[in-house]
Parts: sequence; structure tokens; C-alpha cells
Amino acid sequence: MNQNAVRELLHRMADDALIIAHRHSEWTGLGPLLEEDIAFSSIAQDKLGHAQALYQLLHEFGEPDPDTNAFMRNAEQFYSCHFVELPNGGYDVSLIRHFLYDTAEYLRYAALAQSSWEKIALLARKVAGEIKYHLYHARTWVIQLGAQGNEESAARMQSALNEMWPYALGMFEPGNTDAELAADGIYPGESEIQRRWLELVKETLDKAGLVIPSSADPVYGGRKGYHTDYLQPLLDEMTEVYRIDPSAEW
Amino acid sequence: MVISPERVLEALHTVKDPEIPTISVVDMGIITSVAVSPDGDVAVTMTPTFVGCPAIDVMKHDVESAVAALQPASYHVTVSFDVPWTTNRLTEAGKQALLKHGLAPPQEFTLELELDVLQQTPCPYCGSTNTELKSPFGPTLCRSLHYCHHCLQAFEGFKPI
Repeated sequence: MNQNAVRELLHRMADDALIIAHRHSEWTGLGPLLEEDIAFSSIAQDKLGHAQALYQLLHEFGEPDPDTNAFMRNAEQFYSCHFVELPNGGYDVSLIRHFLYDTAEYLRYAALAQSSWEKIALLARKVAGEIKYHLYHARTWVIQLGAQGNEESAARMQSALNEMWPYALGMFEPGNTDAELAADGIYPGESEIQRRWLELVKETLDKAGLVIPSSADPVYGGRKGYHTDYLQPLLDEMTEVYRIDPSAEW
Repeated sequence: MVISPERVLEALHTVKDPEIPTISVVDMGIITSVAVSPDGDVAVTMTPTFVGCPAIDVMKHDVESAVAALQPASYHVTVSFDVPWTTNRLTEAGKQALLKHGLAPPQEFTLELELDVLQQTPCPYCGSTNTELKSPFGPTLCRSLHYCHHCLQAFEGFKPI
């Protein structure tokens, strides 16, 4: 097994999960309905758990412990995609991002559940069961607001989809080691996951009466450490308490 | 004296889930193995319900205290995902304990879990299946929110996973 290739993959997934968890947690107390407030907060808590489990695997490869890895790096040391860093915007934008992101995560973990690397396969089987609920939640609301709401809700969902689409494609920025991961049977690679993702998101978007933008250039860079101006302030806020005393026992 | 694994399990029956105090960690199905070596070392393995379950540290601590109270030669408690937790691991007594707490027990499933089963979760108050899923997320990661159209009450369910 190529350890560097695996580490790169784990970092992309862990950093994405950590950052989107923070964004989702920003809905706590502000959700448009109590149930949605709870849903975004619960999903955030699940994602944090997933990130922690992935950082734990990285720790076993000799990286710092999960808290240090999560809280002591600067923006340029992150491998997350731009998609997860963007501010929440309105509920429409957050919901579309949640839907597009979780469809991708669902497929990533489903693929990893079949991985030749037993350790990630075991974790992936567990996580996939949880993501199912995230996806279920996202799909229900995308269809509800897209096809079962009114003219305004449909228009807002379509506009959110148009705005987020190029960033969503950026989730699949090709990794340097995709070919090796695929050859070793560890992970099928980003272009394959993107292919499956397009099929799966289309299923729901069709039901929601929403149309995939016809042309869009993917926004790449995050996987190589280039980020939007939104990431560093997010990290500063997330780690504000931790950095006061990193050795404190909670 | 070497303690039997049965004795350890019995002791673990006294450790309750901090979020649902009517159910023990054993009936919850989160204890995946109890082994006692010939020289008296007690090894307990636990698996969290949800990967990000915030109660796992508390439960691990409580399990350690319960094992320590038996005064074994030595002991260690590990948390591992190697045996993944699913709601199918809940015991019959565990499901009754959930009902007692006013929570609809999760429905059994084989192979793939289809989330449509959540739509008709039996109401823990009147037993009717004329119910509706309001949200797959509730006050803790493992619960969902439902409404019973028969007895007109909102209720919580323990979601199948």
C-alpha cells in the first residue's frame, strides 16, 4: 500500500468533513425551522465524528493527534475543496451544498466500504449508514422546495444550484495519486466518483424539477493548498478557544 | 481468583446509557467482546453507536469503573469500530427499555436498510403505524422525530442504522 497516496486521500476527506461541519454548525440557533436547526446541527456533529475518525487513522501513520491536526494548521496546510469553505449564504444555498456534498460523500464511503484496505473499509461501512440519513434529509428538502413548493422556492433552489455547481465540481479535483489508489483497489479515484455522482444527483434534481447548469468550469486548487479568503477566518474562529491553551484537558 | 466473563457482563448490566438511562450498555449492544485471560486480565471492547457519539467517553469511563469494582488482576477497555454497531444489536430487553423511555424501538432490517421504513414507525404510546416521519434528526444523533396521526402525539424513535 502506498502510504502517501492513502494519507492524501484521508486528508482530503477529513478536512472536507471538518470544514463543512463548522459551516453546518453555524445554523445552530438560526435554522428556518426548529427541525432544520436540529438537522444541520446533528449532521455537523456526525461530520465532526467522521473527521475525527479519519484524523485518528492519520495519527496511526505518524501524524499528530486528531485535535492537533484539526486545530493547529493554517489555511494553506488544508486539503479541503473551496466548496466547503464558502459562507453558508441563505438556507437555499446551504441546502443545495448539503445535498451535492452528501451525495459525493455517500459514494466515496460506499466505494471505500469495498476497499482492499481493511481498516478504511470497516470505518466506511459504519459511516455510510450515517450518511444515508444526511442524504435522505437533503433529498427530501431539495424535492420539496424544488417541485412541491411555489415559484419562488423553485427559482431560489435553481439559482443556488447554478451558483454552487462549479464549486461542487471542484470536490473532484484529481489527486496526484488517484491512479495508484485505483490500481491497489483502495479507492476508485475522483473521476470515477464524479461520474457516479452526476448520475445520482441527476436522479433527485429531475424529481425536483431543477436543471444542471449546462457549462461550468470546476473550481480547483483546494486539494493543493490554495484556498478562498473565507478559510482562514473560519479556522481562526473554530480554533479560538483551543488555541488559548492547546494542552488543556476538556 | 479469576473472574468469569459472565460475572463481568453482569456488572456491565448496571452501566446505563447516559442519554437513555433505562437501557444498559449490554442491552444497547455496544459491548462487542468480554474476554478474561488465564491470569485474570479482563478485556472489554466497545463500539460506539454513531462515530461522533459524544457519550462514548462517559460510557467508557463508566464501564472501566464497573470492571474495576470487580477487582480483577488487571483490565483494559478499548473502543473500536471493528465490529460496527447497528440497531440489530439491540437485545429484546433493550427494545423494551427504549419503549419504557417513550422511544419507538428501531425496526429490524436485513441486508440493506431502506429508510422508507421510518415513515410508518409504530407509535410507542398507542402502537399505531399511522405515523409520519417529521425529521430524521432528533435531540441526540441516534433519534428521529415522528408524529402519530392516531393518538395525535409527537414522539421520538431510535433510528435504525
